[in-house]
Amino acid sequence: MTKSAVVRIGVLALQGDFALHARALEKCGVKAVEVRKPVELDQVDGLVMPGGESTTLLKLMDAWDFVPALEKLHGAGKPIFGTCAGLILLAREVESPTQFSLGLIDVTVERNAYGRQRESFEASGTAKLGPDPIQLDMVFIRAPRIRRVGPGVQVLAEHRGEPVMARQDRVLVATFHPELTDSTKVHRYFCDLVERCRAGA
Amino acid sequence: MADLNGLRIADRKHIGLAEMLKGGVIMDVTNAEQAKIAEDAGAASVMALERVPSDIRRDGGVARMSPVKKIQEIQKAVTIPVMAKARIGHFVEAQILEALAVDYIDESEVLTPADEHFHIDKFAFRIPFVCGCRDLGEALRRIGEGAAMIRTKGEAGSGNIVEAVRHMRAVISGMRRLTTLGPEELMTEAKTLGAPYELVRWVAKAGKLPVPNFSAGGIATPADAALMMQLGAEAVFVGSGIFKSSDPAKRAKAIVQATTHFKDPDVLARVSEDLGDAMVGIETSKLAEKDLLQTRGW
Repeated sequence: MTKSAVVRIGVLALQGDFALHARALEKCGVKAVEVRKPVELDQVDGLVMPGGESTTLLKLMDAWDFVPALEKLHGAGKPIFGTCAGLILLAREVESPTQFSLGLIDVTVERNAYGRQRESFEASGTAKLGPDPIQLDMVFIRAPRIRRVGPGVQVLAEHRGEPVMARQDRVLVATFHPELTDSTKVHRYFCDLVERCRAGA
Repeated sequence: MADLNGLRIADRKHIGLAEMLKGGVIMDVTNAEQAKIAEDAGAASVMALERVPSDIRRDGGVARMSPVKKIQEIQKAVTIPVMAKARIGHFVEAQILEALAVDYIDESEVLTPADEHFHIDKFAFRIPFVCGCRDLGEALRRIGEGAAMIRTKGEAGSGNIVEAVRHMRAVISGMRRLTTLGPEELMTEAKTLGAPYELVRWVAKAGKLPVPNFSAGGIATPADAALMMQLGAEAVFVGSGIFKSSDPAKRAKAIVQATTHFKDPDVLARVSEDLGDAMVGIETSKLAEKDLLQTRGW
């Protein structure tokens, strides 16, 4: 496939806060493309899997045979960024309850690990996305917790000493929602990753 | 959150949960078994209530918050967020729902109002509220009181989409109109709408509500759900439409697909095949004013 001039990043738009991710990506100067069918993945350089309800997303993915298409996308060297439910779908293992996941990043995730909406919270955490650590505004909504981090996984941000953002090679995950804040630092980091992979491919 | 001209609105984490539900279907359920069917069909959330709207309409009597035990059973049965309805102005029902840790409270016209003058002060709670509206002014009053999500009311339990369409169009065209007004016109417009001036100014600039805008009241088919999405709804609530149809599990699944693929007529045609009978609808124009649920609240 010949490369277009613009970087195109897909946002899985089956259900969830895909519109806010698309807005954040556009602010970073890339073209955001809503993806509702596997065939639409052929046109993108990377993919964001947004927050939403992971059980709902699994059902919608199943109906369209998304799993092989996502594995193919990952195999083709395209970066994937999952927030909250997106992280749950990408993890190696999922707890409470156990459910199917893609296993593209070697972490164990516990669903709704802080409790119900009453326990959702906003906080500030430290991230290391470049040479210097930065403070990030983080919104946790019925959020999962990363309970185990595999040897190949790099922790990029912490809140109260726990990993809340991590990366293994081309797969980036966060338990919080950068798309709900005004800062585009996390999306910028992902866009840079996509641009580097695209240039190298 | 965006600058709301110094006016307090719902917390970002609460508006955020509504964002997570976008593109999804929130289904009315009265017990754990129905909740499980809804979750298995792909519902993004379930709404616990004592009776579905069409039964409330048929049987009459005072409609109240769902029994506590039912809510707890539903919470145990599913992992998706559980919402529950409280009567308009009944802040003690809301306090109980907060103690139960439901994920969203629907201060709903479907239940019998507890207060004819005042809605609940939603800032007094640690969990978010969704409220119904029939037009832009009503939406902005509820947001001013702290609602983190708005749903157009439609006419619950009617199985007739016409009121949902009317209300969604009223909200959308109301916002479009605001964007055409000059700054000097906005105070008078706020007075006409009966809405907070700061919110009117914000919407005039943004062209949208500062919280998600979903649709409710009358959705009975996949086509109804897709119609509301194409008109500008960001997700849909389905009440009687599912569990009053001949094959709830199948219809629920079809409505979930239709809400995601709302712009794709081929998918809509396919999921609409062979669904069995939809709920029997009501011609809402023949309902007496006193039988309308949408006129409850202001």
